[in-house]
Amino acid sequence: MTWKSPLALVREALEGQRARESELRKLVSNLPYEGLEKGKQPNRFFPSNAVKTTKYSPLLFLPKNLYEQFHRLANLYFVGLAILNFIPVVNAFQPEVGLIPICVIMCLTALKDAWEDFRRYQSDKKINNMPCFIYSRREKQYVEKRWKDVRVGDFVKVVCNEIVPADLLLLYSSDPNGVCHIETANLDGETNLKQRTAVSGVCTSNPGFEPESFNCAVVCERPNNNLNHFKCLVEKPDKDRVGASIESLLLRGCTVRNTNHAVGFVVYAGHETKSMLNNNGSRSKRSKLERKLNVDVFFCLILLFTMCLIGALGHYLWLESLPGVPPFLVPDSNGHLDEPSLASFYMFFTMIILLQILIPISLYVSIELVKVGQIFFITNDIDLYDEETDSRVQCRALNITEDLGQIEYVFSDKTGTLTENKMVFRRCSIMGTEYPHKENAIRLAVLDEPETEEEVIFNQHQQLPRTRWSLEAEGISPSDTHWQGSRRKSKVAANGQSDAAFSSPLETEVIPDQKLLQQITRAESGGGHRDSSRDKDPHLDFFLALAICNTVVVSMANAHRQRACTSPHSSQTNNPLEAFSSLLKRAGSFIQRKSKRNHTILEVPVTDAAKTDSREDRNGVQTCSLHPLSQSGGPTLEPEDLCYEAESPDEAALVYAARAYGFILLARTPDSVTVRLPSGEELVFEVLDTLTFDSNRKRMSVLVRHPVTKEYVLYTKGADYSIMELLGTPYAEHISGVEKNIAADTQHHLDCYAKEGLRTLCITKKVVSESTYRSWSGERKRAKAAMECREEQIMETAVQLETNLTLLGATGIEDRLQENVPESIMALREAGMHVWVLTGDKPETAVNIGYACRLLEEEDLVINMSCKNKLTCTSILDCTLEEVRRYGEDPSNVDTTPNISLVIDGNTLTMAMSPDLQERFVDLAKRCRSVLCCRVTPLQKSGVVKLVREKLKVMTLAVGDGANDVNMIQAADVGIGISGQEGMQAVMASDFAISRFKHLTKLLLVHGHWCYTRLANMVIYFFYKNVAYVNLLFWYQFFCGFTATAMIDYWLMIFFNLFFTSTPPILFGIFDKDVSAEVLLGVPELYRTGQGKGEYNFLTFWISILDAFYQSLVCFFIPYLAYRDSDVDIFTFGTPLNTVALFTILLHLAIEIKSWTLVHWIIMLGSVALYFVVTLAYSAVCVTCNPPSNPYWIFQSQMADPMFYLICTLSTVVALLPRYTFYVLKNSVAPSPLLQGRQLDRMDPSTRDQWIKEWRGFRGGGPVKRYELSDPPTPTLETPADFFPDSDADFMGDDLSLNVITQNRQRVVAT
Amino acid sequence: MMASSYKDEDGHISVSGSGAPAGAVGDSLRSKKPENTAFKQQRLPAWQPILTAGTVLPAFFIIGLIFIPIGIGLYVTSNNIKEFEIDYTGVDVSSPCFDCSQKLSWNSTRPCTCSITFQLDQPYESNVFMYYGLSNFYQNHRRYVKSRDDSQLNGNEESLRKPSKECEPYGKHSNKPIAPCGAIANSMFNDTLELFYNEPNGTRVQIPLTATGIAWWTDKHVKFRNPGGENGNLTAAFQGTAKPVNWRRPVYELDADPDNNGFINEDFIVWMRTAALPTFRKLYRIIQRRNNLLPTLPRGNYTLEVVYNYPVRSFEGRKRMILSTISWMGGKNPFLGIAYITVGSVCFLLGVVLLIIHHKYGNRTNGADISH
Repeated sequence: MTWKSPLALVREALEGQRARESELRKLVSNLPYEGLEKGKQPNRFFPSNAVKTTKYSPLLFLPKNLYEQFHRLANLYFVGLAILNFIPVVNAFQPEVGLIPICVIMCLTALKDAWEDFRRYQSDKKINNMPCFIYSRREKQYVEKRWKDVRVGDFVKVVCNEIVPADLLLLYSSDPNGVCHIETANLDGETNLKQRTAVSGVCTSNPGFEPESFNCAVVCERPNNNLNHFKCLVEKPDKDRVGASIESLLLRGCTVRNTNHAVGFVVYAGHETKSMLNNNGSRSKRSKLERKLNVDVFFCLILLFTMCLIGALGHYLWLESLPGVPPFLVPDSNGHLDEPSLASFYMFFTMIILLQILIPISLYVSIELVKVGQIFFITNDIDLYDEETDSRVQCRALNITEDLGQIEYVFSDKTGTLTENKMVFRRCSIMGTEYPHKENAIRLAVLDEPETEEEVIFNQHQQLPRTRWSLEAEGISPSDTHWQGSRRKSKVAANGQSDAAFSSPLETEVIPDQKLLQQITRAESGGGHRDSSRDKDPHLDFFLALAICNTVVVSMANAHRQRACTSPHSSQTNNPLEAFSSLLKRAGSFIQRKSKRNHTILEVPVTDAAKTDSREDRNGVQTCSLHPLSQSGGPTLEPEDLCYEAESPDEAALVYAARAYGFILLARTPDSVTVRLPSGEELVFEVLDTLTFDSNRKRMSVLVRHPVTKEYVLYTKGADYSIMELLGTPYAEHISGVEKNIAADTQHHLDCYAKEGLRTLCITKKVVSESTYRSWSGERKRAKAAMECREEQIMETAVQLETNLTLLGATGIEDRLQENVPESIMALREAGMHVWVLTGDKPETAVNIGYACRLLEEEDLVINMSCKNKLTCTSILDCTLEEVRRYGEDPSNVDTTPNISLVIDGNTLTMAMSPDLQERFVDLAKRCRSVLCCRVTPLQKSGVVKLVREKLKVMTLAVGDGANDVNMIQAADVGIGISGQEGMQAVMASDFAISRFKHLTKLLLVHGHWCYTRLANMVIYFFYKNVAYVNLLFWYQFFCGFTATAMIDYWLMIFFNLFFTSTPPILFGIFDKDVSAEVLLGVPELYRTGQGKGEYNFLTFWISILDAFYQSLVCFFIPYLAYRDSDVDIFTFGTPLNTVALFTILLHLAIEIKSWTLVHWIIMLGSVALYFVVTLAYSAVCVTCNPPSNPYWIFQSQMADPMFYLICTLSTVVALLPRYTFYVLKNSVAPSPLLQGRQLDRMDPSTRDQWIKEWRGFRGGGPVKRYELSDPPTPTLETPADFFPDSDADFMGDDLSLNVITQNRQRVVAT
Repeated sequence: MMASSYKDEDGHISVSGSGAPAGAVGDSLRSKKPENTAFKQQRLPAWQPILTAGTVLPAFFIIGLIFIPIGIGLYVTSNNIKEFEIDYTGVDVSSPCFDCSQKLSWNSTRPCTCSITFQLDQPYESNVFMYYGLSNFYQNHRRYVKSRDDSQLNGNEESLRKPSKECEPYGKHSNKPIAPCGAIANSMFNDTLELFYNEPNGTRVQIPLTATGIAWWTDKHVKFRNPGGENGNLTAAFQGTAKPVNWRRPVYELDADPDNNGFINEDFIVWMRTAALPTFRKLYRIIQRRNNLLPTLPRGNYTLEVVYNYPVRSFEGRKRMILSTISWMGGKNPFLGIAYITVGSVCFLLGVVLLIIHHKYGNRTNGADISH
């Protein structure tokens, strides 16, 4: 290394700083500088790809860790006390001894930190040493290096299934279209493939890419953590600029799929990559219990100071009362005695040191340990494991487990949380005509029935040509339909559930509506070949729009399989049966192909691009495939093998629907879409632009060029209210006047769909003239290349084009409820939680789902609030509130009051949440058992949560699955993310992540309850324990002139807290089980014990403190009275006290422990044994080691004295008698619900279930009844019977639900 | 080929890679399904006691039935212990020791004696323990308790020459180390008590008092040791040390018996075991029973001769002489017996109450009405 002047070094550092901080970075290739020293490298200022996530280095571990630990106030307090102990005038013990507790605690914490850091270090090392290919100029090829060697400006080659080492600007892909597929599961959990496109116009020399010829400069923005946004410019030597966005960026951590290889230019490396910038560690929240606990610690502090003041005052009075200078007053070394006032001032501090353990030092550490244990058990619960996604419940926030047991308000998202978010196409309306798709409905109904069919049927079916419907559509017999339905069912039975949601035929296949099929066949054949009217037919357009207007990625079914997925179902090769079936499948497709050849004439010549594309696609498959079977795929693309992967599930549903009608999306590249029409011909549409979906526009469009008519066509689909206002009147020339009717009819159908709970989308078309397109595309290009406000500009151009649309039709997509959602919601409501559902859906849809998921009940009083302006809103709010109040106060309604539910829409909600109305709104909401908010924005969601949380001071829980729920999840006390179909953003923001909504029930009712009661009892116990023990010392002060003498050896005192009595409460906090999971789930009411103040409240705290005072009084004064006026010495006197305290404290815990497992026995007896062994050993060994106390042989002599045992027995019994008796009396005379739950537990399971059933049957609300009873009101269209599948409504016996029904009827009569 | 399973753990991406595709398949096969074990699913077999009247009834009765006899036994035992106590502080003007108490100070050199007569109403049969009792003497004062050097008392030569700083300000006197150092030793009780039996015929018979066997065996043989070995010359061993300022004699002149002299003097050892409470007694002498036919102390008049050295006026203390027989439970203390009887009775009563409750409520505690 050459010497550099310090000035140059400083300049260099400043330059680097400037380069890193500047808004724009200009990067060039490293290749021309290869081999040069570091100072000459152009990109030297940017960090390398080596990552370091460790917090500490070996050298700096100690100071840094200490610094971290001293950030804790408690630690500081105890260190302060230890230091105080070093001041001679106030010290209570030998100074060194005072350091022991804090040292032990801090050492434990430091060890834990070091271990964690070491694990981080190991994984860093592993990551940094992963192999990758970097281009080397010297070797003229890509050489294998390590991840840490990657630098900004390098060219990195990634091959299929490899993880991208740094953020790469994609320059070249083996795919001829420059497409590279990536899977971002590692970043956001989304498992669908995403397309990335190489920066256009940079790589011209196909095939292959010569990094050395790359002489452009890459200008990119400063690194940020936005995973979905990236701005970059590639400046060519000729000053031509090409914009690049996130579409061309391969993010570190992603996996390359379906692409042979790709070459990228490293823009960000190491800690500047987007994935690293997104890693901001696990969240730490303070739980309610901990907040309460801190208040109580404060009370303890006050108590401590009071006791110390009493001590100081007592000492003063005692000194004053002495007539002379007695021989037991020891002057200081100069022979000088302090004034009583000064002495008592010092005494105050000495007392603090003596009584310091009143503040439970080990409590915080114990709580952490207990939570670790609790989380261990939560994550290991097999009931919270989801087979389908192979995921357990994740605890992301480590310190709020007990909050789960105190939830009062649950805020839930609808889509994907209550529903599957697996969209099924149900009905559609084209040009004002409704096609109800009855056959499809029947099929779905069949699917829902439990039915097991053999694999054979599944295999047989493979021989059926899929295209049959489109060609000979007329004769589908009902039996046929049924048969197919069962086939699908059997596939589910055989295969479990497929790992890829949208490729599963079960969910996605649609049986076409006959009427519509006829319509299409007519249109197809109508005007002969390539008639202009044929192409103009709105029905065909409608389905073309469905097939084209989306961002669905087409992949091969087997290509999809070969992902190195963690799901067990992906390992096809291991299952001989499946291998066999796939063989059959191929045979079937072969036959099918043959038959198709016979009558399909490819009239439209397929362009070369499409052909090569398909071939390339297969090549990709072959190279990456893990199992050999897929390699033998046929020479033509088979729709059977196609898989559609979409970012939003409704898109996939629409594509599958189009496929059912023969409009098969075959391939999609950035520039083209290939669609096979029902007639068999394949059309390749040139995609001119895609106006992607955003939440402001609420629509997306695709601009294509029709291959036949050469027209520029814009297909737009979007939410009805965003589309309806953009409608123009193009079809005017031939259907003038009808247009308005179409819109009106469609709107009517849309309303009906919404009432059925379907999700609606409008499909429109617009033909753009060439000139318009030219001018628009220019603007568009400018917008895309803009460095500032790019998003706004792009959106503006999108809005410009999306005008004067022609309505083609609308679709209704069903999003089915997840299993057990109604039961879960019922359970939550019975558990005393207010359930709010916040959805972006229309009120009609939302209300319907509300009924379906038992959020709203038939007998509920449903208040519907929807108003246009604030004045009406105010008056409505006032009236409703008045009415609700009157209703609640009416004594005749006490028993019969139905639950009140509120339905409110987004606009009204905004008004209701305005500062002057929010009080009233919250008051109303408080009285409502459930609230349904429709049409709310993500911001409103979090606003509602915050409002309720702050105004009502309640514990809130938000559960959601999508990015739109992130705000809400973060605003709530407990945020639950559902790892569903919409990626992982919600999970990332959440405290707990579950995979199904139904898991919420067990998570809250069982684990929440357990965690809360365990921790609450443990915390109370800890306070009790410390107060009881410390008070022994305090009472002694009255007999030693308040001189802060301890009658217990200080080592034993420390051990008492650290070892003898610390493990049982921790164990208690982890293991105790008051009521079994079955009873907690069966009787959700038991959850209420934790709500509101819960078990750990002001009263329980002070009762336990009082009990501690009583017990310490007993433990002190019984030995005192027994030893009064005897020749007992201090430490002999202290020994029975210590032993009595041990037994009392442990047996107190034994009273509290609700269930004794072997572990409990071992730990309890072990603690006692440890006490005796340690104390005996200590007294035997220590002759002069611990000067003032001289424990030598004291314990032995005590144990030889029968008085010792008599005193211990008596004191323990007397100390525990009140608590024990109180429990017995309370349990016998007024048993708490929890106790009754425990009694249920003791019955044998069948009797217990009987009890639970009966008990539920007696309950007024009639929680168990079949859904059929509450038909959703006003279905104007014919409602299919299986409207909302109530898959397990019959989890209670029939006789029971009958019982409830009659009860309800009677009640209705009575009122 | 790189197979990977990323997982997010404390915000950190970790990669587990394996080189071969086969390994990758193996990895992907490992399910995350939790083990279905009783431990992990929290289904360990457990005993779940429920505290209700019905279940705990026997416990109360058993406690009652055990405690009451124990209590009676203790009470009887305590009552059988004979104890006599006499205060010889001399606060009262009428008291024989009044004079001594008035003019006494730590520095007075001339011993003051006084004698008190008392009467024992009943004969003391077995060995009689003679205690001296002090009231209001806070031997448990924190600084006082600390003011000693255990290693010096254990015979450590170095500590003998250089007492620990805990002994301050009683560590050194005119530049000589004090042996034994510290406030405890300095304030050692130094009254001499002698007991005379006044026979009915008028003669005074001195009652022999045993001065050994009054300290703990371990104290005498392990904890306390004289410097200079077992049979060394004590005077030589303590050469160069000063006596505690309040003492009349140096430590090696405490007793003529070499086995009861120096640090292992039992009066000293007893004093050094600091009392737990401000009112305490310490064993002073033992009156051995010599003759199986005669009581140790027959009924009659006695005279207590006190060499009054120990001033207690500075803390308003009282000095007592106690004669007591002893049982397995130590000295006379009726408290424990009464307490046992009381607690036993209370438990028994509670048992009865619970029995009634059990009959009244017992039937409905079977989970019939969880109706809240």
